[in-house]
Amino acid sequence: MDSLLSLVARLGRTTLDLIRAAGSLALFALEGLSHIFRPPFYGRVFFSTFQETGFFSLPVVALTALFSGGVIALQSYTGFAQYHAQNAIAGIVVLAVTRELGPVLAGLMVAGRVGAAIAAQLGTMRVTDQIDALSTLSTHPMKYLVAPRLLAGLVALPLLVFIADILGVAGGFTVCVMKLGFSPHAYITATLNSLKIADVTVGLVKAALFGFLISLMGCYYGYNSKGGAEGVGSATTAAVVTASILLLAFDYLLTDLFFSQ
Amino acid sequence: MTSTTPRIRIRDLHKSFGSRTVLDGITFDVPAGMSLVIIGGSGSGKSVLLRCILGLITPDSGSIEINGEDIVAASEQRREKLRGEIGMLFQNAALFDSLPVWENVTFGLLAQKRIKRADARQKAASVLAQVGLDESVCDLYPSELSGGMQKRVGLARAIAAQPEILFFDEPTTGLDPIMGAIIDGLIVDCVKTLGSTAIAITHDMASAQRIGDQAAMLYKGRMVWQGAATSLMNSGNPLVDQFTHGRREGPISMELRK
Repeated sequence: MDSLLSLVARLGRTTLDLIRAAGSLALFALEGLSHIFRPPFYGRVFFSTFQETGFFSLPVVALTALFSGGVIALQSYTGFAQYHAQNAIAGIVVLAVTRELGPVLAGLMVAGRVGAAIAAQLGTMRVTDQIDALSTLSTHPMKYLVAPRLLAGLVALPLLVFIADILGVAGGFTVCVMKLGFSPHAYITATLNSLKIADVTVGLVKAALFGFLISLMGCYYGYNSKGGAEGVGSATTAAVVTASILLLAFDYLLTDLFFSQ
Repeated sequence: MTSTTPRIRIRDLHKSFGSRTVLDGITFDVPAGMSLVIIGGSGSGKSVLLRCILGLITPDSGSIEINGEDIVAASEQRREKLRGEIGMLFQNAALFDSLPVWENVTFGLLAQKRIKRADARQKAASVLAQVGLDESVCDLYPSELSGGMQKRVGLARAIAAQPEILFFDEPTTGLDPIMGAIIDGLIVDCVKTLGSTAIAITHDMASAQRIGDQAAMLYKGRMVWQGAATSLMNSGNPLVDQFTHGRREGPISMELRK
């Protein structure tokens, strides 16, 4: 009886903890967002995070997109060649890349790069009292540290994904033309025929949400980290893991919302 | 505000974290222009007390008045404003490591728009001179400075806005005795020059006597003694005597865990 009770108690406590965590994350997000719209604005901080997310992530995201586009082309070729449906490959590549692979893979890469960096940076600032120091110097830490980073994630990832879309298609094109002997002209025509603006737009909307989530998780875990180097380490891990999982979960929800009729 | 209103007035301050009581009814005044040093063991609530006055931690009950204005009851906006009138030197200096020294020093002034960005470097150089640092450190980053220099830059940052109130959190911890004495000297100079009211928390008895006019001891969240800083070493209070002389035997039993 006792062990049963303690099991129920533990279950209850875990549930309450989860609800509390979700609530505090939601409040944190709302407060961060509200500071985006109220002055003073910190352009410098915004720009440096934007640069880190948008520009310095380019090589990683570009390589990821190129290879994924290529892999999709190769894999669909092995499948479709059996049914002499090779013509569909260009369409498959452009659809997969703009709808899913662009935003998701770029998001995961940026979560690992930028989400981790934000968590480590804010976490270190927290455990070395730099965040408290901001407060004593007439600067609201949420406004100075969190708001510009949220905005940068929100703006930078769609731009990055737009480039990833192009490179993903280029990856498919390269494999099909160089390796599988497709006609370049036919491939491009087929791509343009299957390219839908709605697919690209929804992909970019996803990207904006993912960028926001990545920055949010980095800021949230970093801002609330405690306990020295170890605390910063676990904040960084938690930021990347939760950002990645939330990203995939929201990807499903958005796909369901926009594409399932 | 009359001349008799203390700069800082604290009444019956309580704060607990979970079941652990950190501040258990603290009451004291700091008159304008006075330097108070607060001593006490680790975990006696000294840092929490400073953070309460800064408004970084909200106390459970009690009042904190600055120039007669209760900051616990004040709006968040007002609290931010009041916080801007307090300069704080953090234990490990807490310099912003992504910014060069000059921007660290003038951070508060820039945030309050009291100077222009173009003039900030020059302003930083003149504040740095007050803490005995050369202009050449302006463009260095905090990680390129020694511990003593970081403390000096931290001090420069705390005094740059010429605050009425200055807080020092263990200003000499981690420094060698000579550098400690130098930092103490700078602190005394700065406080005197600005005419500020100061609260310092420390474990360092030599430092406490150099910085403070008055001294107080915190023990288990209560203020158990208050008197002139010069009488720290012979206060007649058994708790203070044990602490200042570092005796193992006495009324204070350290909670040791094996």
